[in-house]
Amino acid sequence: MTLAAHNISLHLSGFDLLRNVSMQVQPGAVTAIVGPNGAGKSSLLRVLTGEMAPTAGEVIFNQRPLNDWPVQLKAQMLAVLPQHSLLNFPFTANEVVGLGRIPHQTGTNRDAEIIADALKLVDAQYLQRRFYTQMSGGEKQRVQLARVLAQIWLPCEHGEQFLVLDEPTSAFDLAHQQLTLDIVRQLASRGVGVVMVVHDLNLAARCADNLVVFNGGEVAAQGSPEQVLTEQLIDQVFGVKVTIARHPATNKPLIIS
Amino acid sequence: MPTTRESWRAKEWTSSLRRIRSPWLLAILALLLPAVALFSMTVGTVSISFVDAWHAMAVSLSADSQAVTSQTQVILFDIRLPRVLLAMFVGSVLASTGAVMQGLFRNPLADPSLIGVSGGASVGASLVIVFATGLFGSSVVESGVLMGLSLVAAGAFLGGFVATILVYRLATSGIGTSVTTMLLAGIAIGALAGALNSLLSYFADNDMLRQISLWQMGNLSAASWSKVFIMALVSLILLLRFPADSAALNALLLGESEARHLGIDVQQVKRRLIVLTALGVGVSVALAGMVGFVGLVIPHVVRLLIGPDHRWLIPCSALAGAILLVIADSLARVVVLPAELPTGILTALLGAPFFIVLLLQQRREV
Repeated sequence: MTLAAHNISLHLSGFDLLRNVSMQVQPGAVTAIVGPNGAGKSSLLRVLTGEMAPTAGEVIFNQRPLNDWPVQLKAQMLAVLPQHSLLNFPFTANEVVGLGRIPHQTGTNRDAEIIADALKLVDAQYLQRRFYTQMSGGEKQRVQLARVLAQIWLPCEHGEQFLVLDEPTSAFDLAHQQLTLDIVRQLASRGVGVVMVVHDLNLAARCADNLVVFNGGEVAAQGSPEQVLTEQLIDQVFGVKVTIARHPATNKPLIIS
Repeated sequence: MPTTRESWRAKEWTSSLRRIRSPWLLAILALLLPAVALFSMTVGTVSISFVDAWHAMAVSLSADSQAVTSQTQVILFDIRLPRVLLAMFVGSVLASTGAVMQGLFRNPLADPSLIGVSGGASVGASLVIVFATGLFGSSVVESGVLMGLSLVAAGAFLGGFVATILVYRLATSGIGTSVTTMLLAGIAIGALAGALNSLLSYFADNDMLRQISLWQMGNLSAASWSKVFIMALVSLILLLRFPADSAALNALLLGESEARHLGIDVQQVKRRLIVLTALGVGVSVALAGMVGFVGLVIPHVVRLLIGPDHRWLIPCSALAGAILLVIADSLARVVVLPAELPTGILTALLGAPFFIVLLLQQRREV
């Protein structure tokens, strides 16, 4: 029961966005995708979530081809947080998070509890009745995070659940970055498979069980952060000379540029 | 330190609560509509007091109604009641489809006419006025042909339908319907329709020209019971169907791929809502001409009061649209006594300043 890409290629208007990419997102583990800008990270997420059909290859989701799942069942198991949100209507935070309950039929009362809990988890309960359009960038992103958390709040009987995050921490201050990583780890320990695109290599090293490094539409390396993050690879992929040390407290790789 | 942070946060959210709770607004509007409709029954060239109106209605409901057909009764039941009902149904259809289109296009300034239906309808109506009048003479064109509907109405409906199909086709490709392309295609088809209309007006004689421009102003004075029944049926279909797609519209406000990730079949929802809107607006325009601003202003104002949740926005807009059109039509009957103004002029006259005030307010908030 995984979310897996098998030999995915994606050609779009004459460009090779992805070439022969294979990777797996395991339930109960955090997979981080890193790579330079334009390396194909977001394209891979689009293919993994079914937004784009690959030119070649196949995405298998809980033992079935992704597009064979009925849309509503799929939505009960797979939640996606985009990098940017288009929402420009004055919903309150409660209403935005409530949208995450659309695929479920748990009733208004249970949904209200879940909405309140999800907002509390992302430190946004004070935003409950405020208008989304009047929030700061970080507040908006926390509310959207709460929305996708609410979508997979309860386990699903049809299969393992997965959460896809595209740069979830880009608008966050240090405290909320830490909070997001804690939430992600918490979800993984509950059995959810998390896959996220991040830019901060140290953050990825600290949080991920599995690290996928992208370069030019191909997978340059994948494995545990300890295996993958070498001075040579970072020079080869990002073109930056760095020193890799060990974090004094966690003993995870620490990249010093 | 944490206590001051909390109190600051608490103060902030209380200041931005919405003005009215949705069930309250729905209840207020539902009470207001019959009151406004009753009032509208008493207004017109012949003013009839509430007591007389009530009396006449009570008499006609009792068994021996055939015996007493007073002038009052004729005015009330053959002229005013169908007119008030037609205004209610047209208003509710225009406002609710406006709410739907604003949600679908994720644009609070969208309008049901955006999908080309109004432009196409006006070309259809002008075509019939110019060519059919030339061929058969004006009596055939105006008198009933199809189920008590004029040829002009049929032409308008067909024109609206054809234009909507064109816009939809232009915006639909292998990967689905793009609302952005649809918006642009709607503008293009609208411009084309405007040009065709001008061309037809150029070739029309004075009589036709007056007919065309009167039709474009929107007019409820030709209301009849057959029109009321058709409009009531359409209004009923729309208002029964829309609630099933309210949650989908809410999700669509997040964006199309987000809605898909929430388990919504976006393409199907889009197609269904566009067909329903084309039907509703097409029939409204065919029966009452171009009544502007209801579909744009009403959903916008309702959203300011209760927020963008379509489960409440659509029914509240329908009621508010009905109320606005009944009031506008009542005014149209009395502002230039003993003559009447076309209703469309009144909705624009009432709607436009209101809308400008809203825009100014919004500018201040941003």
